[in-house]
Amino acid sequence: MVRLITHNLLACHAKGCTSNNFPLQLKDVQVELRDAEYNADFLRGFISRIEWPALVDAARQLGDTSLPNEPPEMMDDDFLQKLHHVLLEIHIEEGAMICPNCAHVYPISNGIPNMLLAEHEIG
Amino acid sequence: MIPTPDLSHLSRGDYDHVYEPAEDTFLLLDALEQDATELLRSRPLICLEIGSGSGCVSSFHSFSNYPPVYISTDINLHACRCTRRTGLQNKIPIDSILTSLTGALMHRLSHAVDVLLFNPPYVPTYSDEADDAQHDAGIAGAWAGGADGMQITNTVLQQVEPTADQSVQSLLSPTGRFYLVAVKENDVPGIRQRMLDEHRLQSQIVLQRRAGREHLFVVRFSRG
Repeated sequence: MVRLITHNLLACHAKGCTSNNFPLQLKDVQVELRDAEYNADFLRGFISRIEWPALVDAARQLGDTSLPNEPPEMMDDDFLQKLHHVLLEIHIEEGAMICPNCAHVYPISNGIPNMLLAEHEIG
Repeated sequence: MIPTPDLSHLSRGDYDHVYEPAEDTFLLLDALEQDATELLRSRPLICLEIGSGSGCVSSFHSFSNYPPVYISTDINLHACRCTRRTGLQNKIPIDSILTSLTGALMHRLSHAVDVLLFNPPYVPTYSDEADDAQHDAGIAGAWAGGADGMQITNTVLQQVEPTADQSVQSLLSPTGRFYLVAVKENDVPGIRQRMLDEHRLQSQIVLQRRAGREHLFVVRFSRG
């Protein structure tokens, strides 16, 4: 599955593509929502590993505008619930992710992102 | 005791394409169980398994109060599908990614992996055989290891922790732990010495066991 937490961790790795290769742009995506177990401690810990603008942008591309432009200083339960939903409950099942730099297309099929490169694209 | 993951959803047909859990898999599970208390105490955020195959190992952990993100990679699409299904079967959300080793993750997982798991293709074969097996992305890629069985493992070892040249990206977080399965033919003392000399990583043999012709090891690396 490609949750937005996963999307936030994937970058283009084609040969020579080392800058502006993140975040991958979402295209023609089909989304499913599935409940996940809420854990406030995990979210508080994980926030330091998130590229925030990329997450906010990806969520907005999928029609979820619940996250602020900057993570708030006070991480109350209301905010953490929204973050939980965006990070862990939105699953991209079909579609593609496109590199903003080299336009390489990484398809998503049955919830599995295909990040393989052809022989000549491997760095 | 942490229960062995339920694999009843996988069939013979799946194991035509994907490595069926065997003694090496179970030794890694036993090692993780032995370390479970310490692993839980370290409050891991990101677990990455390279070459997840059936998904048996990624579905095993039980950090019940503090579930991390489980990311798995495999170059074999059948394996990615099996991993995903095994995660669902065992109610563990695994993000299964079709890629070679850590491709597409190195950039963002730099110094971010808290638990890294790798049960590599460790069987010594001709070098070409290991290359072909990775290229074909089928079941042989799960065992054909090339020279000393180390061809694929060596690539991953270079990614775990940088050498003196800090421009090299690395995976382990400051408190990260790396569990590697190996056999005697891989020269376990040699691997440990090299990781200490070149990457300043301490290591311990968590478990070792003889299974048929194989003398299996699970080695744990960390910053000590």
